[in-house]
Amino acid sequence: MPTIPRKVRRLSKRDRLVLTVMVAIPTLIQLVFVWLPTLFSIGLSFTRWNGLDLTDIRPAGASNYQFVAQEYPPFWPAVQHNVLWLVFLAVVATPLGLLLAVLLDQNIRGSRLYQSIFFAPVMLSLALVGVIWQLFYQRDHGLLNFLLGTAGQPSAVDWFGDSNVNIWAALVAATWRHAGYVMLLYLAGLKGVDPSLKEAAALDGANAGQTFFRVVFPAMRPINIVIVVITIIESLRAFDIVYVINRGTNGLELISALVIQNLVGEGQVIGVGSALATILLVISLVPIVFYLTRTFGKEAKES
Amino acid sequence: MTVVATPTDLARGTEYSGSRPKRHYGTHVILLVLAVMWLLPLGWSLYTALRPVESTNQYGYFSVAGAFNFDNFVTAWNQGGFSKYFWNSVIITVPSVILTLFLSSLMAFAVSRVSWKFNITLLIMFTAGNLLPPQVLAAPLFQMFKHLNLPYWFSDSGTLLNTYISVIAVDTAFQIGFCTFVLSNYMKALSPDLTEAALVDGAGIWRQYWSVIMPLCRPAFAALGTLEVIFIYNDFFWPLLFIQSGDRLPVTTAINNLQGVFLSNYNLLAAGATITVIPTLVIYLLLQRQFVAGLTLGSSKG
Repeated sequence: MPTIPRKVRRLSKRDRLVLTVMVAIPTLIQLVFVWLPTLFSIGLSFTRWNGLDLTDIRPAGASNYQFVAQEYPPFWPAVQHNVLWLVFLAVVATPLGLLLAVLLDQNIRGSRLYQSIFFAPVMLSLALVGVIWQLFYQRDHGLLNFLLGTAGQPSAVDWFGDSNVNIWAALVAATWRHAGYVMLLYLAGLKGVDPSLKEAAALDGANAGQTFFRVVFPAMRPINIVIVVITIIESLRAFDIVYVINRGTNGLELISALVIQNLVGEGQVIGVGSALATILLVISLVPIVFYLTRTFGKEAKES
Repeated sequence: MTVVATPTDLARGTEYSGSRPKRHYGTHVILLVLAVMWLLPLGWSLYTALRPVESTNQYGYFSVAGAFNFDNFVTAWNQGGFSKYFWNSVIITVPSVILTLFLSSLMAFAVSRVSWKFNITLLIMFTAGNLLPPQVLAAPLFQMFKHLNLPYWFSDSGTLLNTYISVIAVDTAFQIGFCTFVLSNYMKALSPDLTEAALVDGAGIWRQYWSVIMPLCRPAFAALGTLEVIFIYNDFFWPLLFIQSGDRLPVTTAINNLQGVFLSNYNLLAAGATITVIPTLVIYLLLQRQFVAGLTLGSSKG
């Protein structure tokens, strides 16, 4: 396709200046507050520093990484919890959101009301989700223990306090929010699927399940990719809920929470915190690069 | 909310399966059960909040006896200092959203309406920045702000820490990426003839941006604006990291401290949580369409 003749007239000097400013200000903000700090994180992960005086920064080689992997007790539990978070969102929360979307896409009565209910938690901050579920999970006065008939008895479970179960309790709370988001995106996706595809499949004798999994679901490929990326990134970003519950300790360790534990409070170990941040960065780059190549790959080739 | 099945709905329902409407009973059962489960945590908070602590102490939390009133809300509002926290949220959210939308519209215009060399590279950089976990850049940002000395008339900490500006700057920087991505897609979809015509009329770049493109982007701004208000209002992390004085926290971060303030008075805590829900609920009810449009705009291209 011939490019549309955008350059009818060459840009004037003034236009170039205006354009430069338009690009420079946001780019500068982005560099200073996002990308430079990211590079600094990598840099600081190879140093030893208490965060006080800039002249105290000492090179430390890879010792922070060695410490994290070998001597830092919460690290491997945190990795496990992040993996668990991802698996749970991918296997429970996301399919639940898809199920809701499919059920609500059939033009049933009250569909909008249902949508509003399932979508409501998406409006809430994860911190607030943590507080609301704390009231629900509370050992002696929480609704869940009343419903299970264990409230006030020795067998009552402190859902957020017991390190054997709290990660699962937190995952249920996270699902409450994630599923509504996935539902919304899939509802938009399902509306975009050409109805003639379904009709053709029905004519060929496909049942509802076959139609969905072989025709409709593959046709939603762009949305599927977005949801895969969102699910992975949400599981790496998970932080607010566990921080509200107990600052990410005692069964709720996550890499993101460990980063913060090493940065604030006494005995700041910036090097260790930065090593953890860099590990988080490297893992995050996998879905980010996947998404970017999917989204921009074609355009980059064209230009 | 009334939802009546229109004739076309009924027609569609029977169109390709040929089954009777009866088919939907199973769907309704599943949806009803899930909807009740979905409402339980919020409903429980509201229910607890409406009961005075005397009733719950006497009858237990799992009971229907005793009085119901709004006293907890009043007490929580006053004791919790909510007016201050809400004001802090406004101080942070309003400038952040305006700055984010304005700066990203500049960037989006430059990368989508003018072709030049680094378009895609910059757009990739902006989009990627928004996808990073915030904790990745927390330490250097904290240290940068801590080591930036400022006059005391400007900041009582002598640095950027403990100021609203620190949160506004980082919120803006973080959200610009997402908004630039969405707006650039939106602007790309506008016909090139629009700016061509303006160009022929002798309009400079700024006129093309401000008088031609910006007015056409109103729907996108409405959707993104609603979304960003919610995003930034809901942001927990940046104020947690940068602001040390409790009385400068926005409401979302402040709820973390409410458990300490209200000790073990769950009725007050529930009231506090419910109060925090109200602004988002109001925005949701008023601007649901905008919010949903904003969320799906971001994913429409993938």
